[in-house]
Amino acid sequence: MFGAFDYQVIIRNLHLLWDGMQITFLLTGVAIVGGILFGTVLALMRLSRSMVLSFLAGRYVDAFRSTPLILVIFWFYFAVPIAIGRPIGDLYSVLIAFTLFEAAYYCEIIRAGIQSIRMPQIHAGLALGLTRWQTMKNIVLPQAFRNMVPVLLTQAIVLFQDTSLVYVVGLKDFLTAADLVAARDNRVVELYLFAALVYFLLCWLGSLLVKRLQRQYAI
Amino acid sequence: MAMKYNWDWSVVLCRAPEGAATGTGGSGAQLPGGTSAFTGGAAQTFDTGAHCAQPYFDWIVSGLGWTVVVSIFAWVIAFSVGSVIGVARTLDQPWVRRGATTYVELFRNVPLLVQMFVWFFVVPELLPKETGNFLKRQLPLPEYWTAIVCLGFYHASRTAEQVRAGIEAIPRGQTDAALAMGLTPAQVYRYVLLPVSYRIIIPPLTSDFMGIFKNSSVALTIGVLELTAQSRQIAEYTFNIFEVFTVTTVLYILITLIVSTIMRFVEKRLHVPGTIALGGN
Amino acid sequence: MIEVDKLSKWYGDFQVLDQCSTRVAKGEVVVICGPSGSGKSTLIKCINGLEPFQQGAVTVNGVSVGAEGTNLPKLRASIGMVFQNFELFPHMTVLDNICLAQTKVLNRNRAEAEERAMQLLNRVGLADQAPKHPAQLSGGQQQRVAIARALAMDPIAMLFDEPTSALDPEMINEVLDVMVKLALEGMTMMVVTHEMGFARKVADRVVFMDGGRIEEDAKTDEFFGAPRGERAQLFLSKILTH
Repeated sequence: MFGAFDYQVIIRNLHLLWDGMQITFLLTGVAIVGGILFGTVLALMRLSRSMVLSFLAGRYVDAFRSTPLILVIFWFYFAVPIAIGRPIGDLYSVLIAFTLFEAAYYCEIIRAGIQSIRMPQIHAGLALGLTRWQTMKNIVLPQAFRNMVPVLLTQAIVLFQDTSLVYVVGLKDFLTAADLVAARDNRVVELYLFAALVYFLLCWLGSLLVKRLQRQYAI
Repeated sequence: MAMKYNWDWSVVLCRAPEGAATGTGGSGAQLPGGTSAFTGGAAQTFDTGAHCAQPYFDWIVSGLGWTVVVSIFAWVIAFSVGSVIGVARTLDQPWVRRGATTYVELFRNVPLLVQMFVWFFVVPELLPKETGNFLKRQLPLPEYWTAIVCLGFYHASRTAEQVRAGIEAIPRGQTDAALAMGLTPAQVYRYVLLPVSYRIIIPPLTSDFMGIFKNSSVALTIGVLELTAQSRQIAEYTFNIFEVFTVTTVLYILITLIVSTIMRFVEKRLHVPGTIALGGN
Repeated sequence: MIEVDKLSKWYGDFQVLDQCSTRVAKGEVVVICGPSGSGKSTLIKCINGLEPFQQGAVTVNGVSVGAEGTNLPKLRASIGMVFQNFELFPHMTVLDNICLAQTKVLNRNRAEAEERAMQLLNRVGLADQAPKHPAQLSGGQQQRVAIARALAMDPIAMLFDEPTSALDPEMINEVLDVMVKLALEGMTMMVVTHEMGFARKVADRVVFMDGGRIEEDAKTDEFFGAPRGERAQLFLSKILTH
């Protein structure tokens, strides 16, 4: 079975695959940063005393968490250009879709992290004369984020895997590149197994790193 | 300059006319949304006016039906296989544990879409010739079976982790007490550990169950005509993208709500009197 | 009935039990006491094989606990054990808790099992709690049910691992009363406990453990009257001035 395995097709096309991987990394990076930033805003909105803000953020999170990522990608790829009247371009529509989607998930992680900081800590800050916002910024958020690092990283690994879905709009990420090569050279088995192997190695090593960090951060 | 957009919500209500003859797509172009097991609808074009060129409503119903069927079958696999592997991860024998861990790591670290491609394109090639040919040529609805198997095994790894966490949350004393009464290890799992573990993990199981419904959309890449695929199809035919996507999104949200309602009902039925939460205390 | 011969156990490099030897004859009540960390719970868990051990031998009614071919579930079915945290199964009613092992291990039919269960619940004074779930009972009630659950197997001996340590003070006596009655009825018992009043009342012998070793093993009167070892004296003075 593996006697006929054509390694050459992979080696010949490494540059194409690497180009694709760069897009994958770009998507992942932007979505992580954007997702955490916007996710933090959403989390603070959900935890705020304003019923309006809390309600809005809550519905946002519910909506994005009930919808498949592929459908969200379709929304931003097909529907939004029509809404704003001009084309956005593949990459941007996908970046926006991912960021907004992941922000909903990051919001829940961050919210749980903030809520895990016990009330006495907050009381101590307030008792010193800090405002609620100062307490949040200087006492709660730093501790919360330190506790959350493993979970945030795990979500990042999930995000990395999710980027493969840009296949449905033909954006040339790693998987789409592998698929193109597979179709062009008629070497489906080799390319798909290679893609699976690469994803596996990257994600598995990532999860080992997270486990190591968890041990270090354990209080 | 904003493009002119013709809002038309009624496209989603286009149905096949009464008494339309059933049959597979007749007129010319392939009609991917037409043939369906759920509406038995006609797959012919019919001319009832300007905008109802196809029975879009039937397509949506069909897509929804396939989403539900594929997801539920996949859940059955995920729950059964996942339970076995989750238990295996808590057993004493190291090789059993390692095997189960390997399974979980393997299915967790490869994206679902890649797994879908591997199941659909690669596995038939790697199997012995007869089986491969059967899968490629004779098996009816191969995309659907592949989707069910792929989703099932993918989610089994997540279920396994939840089952494991549930078992590990139970204090050692419970196992000791059960063993001390003379129960065999298998009986300990069956009568003491698993009943409690499943109750503990109802929340993460619920969210994973919802996840299957969402992940079923990935199967559109191998040709499964589930809900998202159908909505994309309709969008291409009608250009009423917003209406269609909105309806589809609402349907997914509805599915999520129904699932969470069912699971809340299940949780109530299984609730042990006197406890607030069946945790480790 | 129960023989422990030069029992030694290590957790990794740390030695938990060091050449422990003692015996419990049929009908005898032996109390094991000592400071925390002395290995008393570990010792008693070795008796029914819940904890494995590396050296020495444990024999119950002629059956060797550590031997390769021993049918542990069968052995354990003949010894009853009561735990510090009661360990009733939370998802089952009190009645089901007591019937589980009877039906699954002893293969009694359900009617038989329920009859025996109600008999025992009557004996411990909790017949009306049968349909309730453990979380609805107090600690003392749960522990009495646990004792009934162990007795339902008609054991030849009973092991108790600090049965009252997790109870609020006002409930300790209701459990001790049940245990005293059991002892007076002639049950072979091995009890790890701090309750010296109980020991004085019904124990035939007291075993004092410290640092994984059996430091003292004497008849009750001797132990309380004139303990030989310094550590035993120290321990007694600490807990008896309560």
